[in-house]
Amino acid sequence: MNALYLRRRITNALAMTMSMLATLVGLAFLAWILWETLRQGISALDLKLFTKITAYGEDGGLLNSMVGSLVINFIGIGIATPIGVLAGTWLAEYANRTKLGESIRFLNDILLSAPSIVMGLFVYTIIVLPSTALTHGNTTFSGFAGGVALALIALPVIVRTTDEMLRLVPSTLREAALSLGVPQWKLTVQILIRAARSGIITGVLLALARISGETAPLLFTAFGNNYMAINPMEKMSSLPQIIYQYANDPGESMHALAWAGAFVITMFVLLLSLASRLILSRTKVSHD
Amino acid sequence: MTTAITTDILEQRSRRDARHERLFRWLLKACALLVLASLLGAAAATLWGGRDAFATFGWHFLVSSEWDPGNEVYGALVPVYGTLATSFIALLIAVPVSFGIAVYLSEVAPTWLRTPVASAIELLAGIPSIIYGMWGLFIFAPFFAEHVKPWLTNNLGNQPDDGQLSWVAEHVPFVGKLFGSSYPFGASILVAGIVLAIMIIPFISSVMREVFQTVPTRLKESAYALGSSTWEVSWDIVLPYTRSAVIGGIFLGLGRALGETMAVTFVLGNAMQLSASLLDPGTSIASTIANQFSEAAGLQKSALMALAFLLFVVTFIVLLIARLMLRRLASKEGR
Repeated sequence: MNALYLRRRITNALAMTMSMLATLVGLAFLAWILWETLRQGISALDLKLFTKITAYGEDGGLLNSMVGSLVINFIGIGIATPIGVLAGTWLAEYANRTKLGESIRFLNDILLSAPSIVMGLFVYTIIVLPSTALTHGNTTFSGFAGGVALALIALPVIVRTTDEMLRLVPSTLREAALSLGVPQWKLTVQILIRAARSGIITGVLLALARISGETAPLLFTAFGNNYMAINPMEKMSSLPQIIYQYANDPGESMHALAWAGAFVITMFVLLLSLASRLILSRTKVSHD
Repeated sequence: MTTAITTDILEQRSRRDARHERLFRWLLKACALLVLASLLGAAAATLWGGRDAFATFGWHFLVSSEWDPGNEVYGALVPVYGTLATSFIALLIAVPVSFGIAVYLSEVAPTWLRTPVASAIELLAGIPSIIYGMWGLFIFAPFFAEHVKPWLTNNLGNQPDDGQLSWVAEHVPFVGKLFGSSYPFGASILVAGIVLAIMIIPFISSVMREVFQTVPTRLKESAYALGSSTWEVSWDIVLPYTRSAVIGGIFLGLGRALGETMAVTFVLGNAMQLSASLLDPGTSIASTIANQFSEAAGLQKSALMALAFLLFVVTFIVLLIARLMLRRLASKEGR
């Protein structure tokens, strides 16, 4: 065995070991994070989490934050879904290969990973500040403002998946409908969106998973509230916001509550991504 | 007679269809333009909010390290340094690890193992950033302070516990300063960088894995047939072929790291100080905003908005480069 050959073999063995190690390191950190969230979260689980509000502090639960999270996420998805689906449809069906369409598609991809805290400040400027001026200086943070901020983060996700899913629909379907004299809007609404339905739903679920853990944009929009608020025009608590607040609190029992909240969010997000994967894998099979 | 009526009905119908079509088109276009508006709006809102700070401090805002709410003097240098330093550390760790993962998953691992491991790594990307933050604050930072930091300060830093400088600290420039610290806790620029690295590894590695799979099999098989090793194929065939997309993936990770708020805020220590040491606490643009905005007023609020504008512009440019680089490979494929 000559020296060159030996060196190449050693380099290869070394590199392959390193690549395996890298994968193990990645998996180890995943396991470590999930394990700690499960361990600390389950040990802090308690019935009062779901029955008491945060106003009681360490004797309280997270009921108002969970309700707030539901309301804010619902508003966010409720705004982002119709706009995102329509915008994605425009990109795929009407503006495919036009200059404006291409640039919006490109910018949408950039928005996908834009810093969420800036989106929070944007909504603060366009909703919280004007409504503060209208109510003579009372700072009017609101669950609605939080929902709009989350909608801005969910929007690019929904646009992207709708666009991609519609472009996967075979063009024979379009040609068949057009040859029967169906107007294009009817074709789009009644045939194409229906054909891409499960893909679009996946996109909405992914967007929901993405926004339900978002904290930064809620700090200056929904703000937080120790009491139960259902009216979206009031300040509203949310799970990520209360986790942030409690984790920075010096009290140990507050940390336990924060872990419980973290556990609830993580489970919710993991279930959502699992569900969207299932839907997507099933559609792939049926299309083949 | 009947034909006249039929044509009439048909004409009415086609007019109605055309009207609906126009309306529908406008509705869709308006929605798509909203995407554009949110991008421009975010830039405009932060620029407008930061106008006082820009007007008051001018270029000094970018180079001053002072942040003094008492005297109403604000400079962006400390948070900008923190953002860049943490992101740079994150890339330094995440890029080789992601490359290793991508090579393992596309060339080395047995086929049955690839999909489950890849989905597990992608699961990391789905975990909300606040969970990373909590894990970093309660688990990783204490672990780091207890097991890793003492070793670093004693063997590399310029402030070891026993006062005896190590050979490295004495002879290699900068290293002593980078790892010297008397701060007792874990929260620091280095820890924030490590947590960020864990966050962006799934993004970078999944882009790399995806583009590695686009390399034509005949290229790889030819190299193997000439006797190349797996490593040589990965380094000399796969990587050059996918270079632009790999760089795109790295920039995508960088864009994420720059704008990340929650994971960083928990483990950075939130200290408005400029320190050469990576083991000292610091602050970043996003965490400064998250910590101070609710209680800020007047010029401080404007300075925070100005910081947000800087962050938005920088991440926009980074992500723009990322997308352009990713697109180059796609056009090579003829897509």
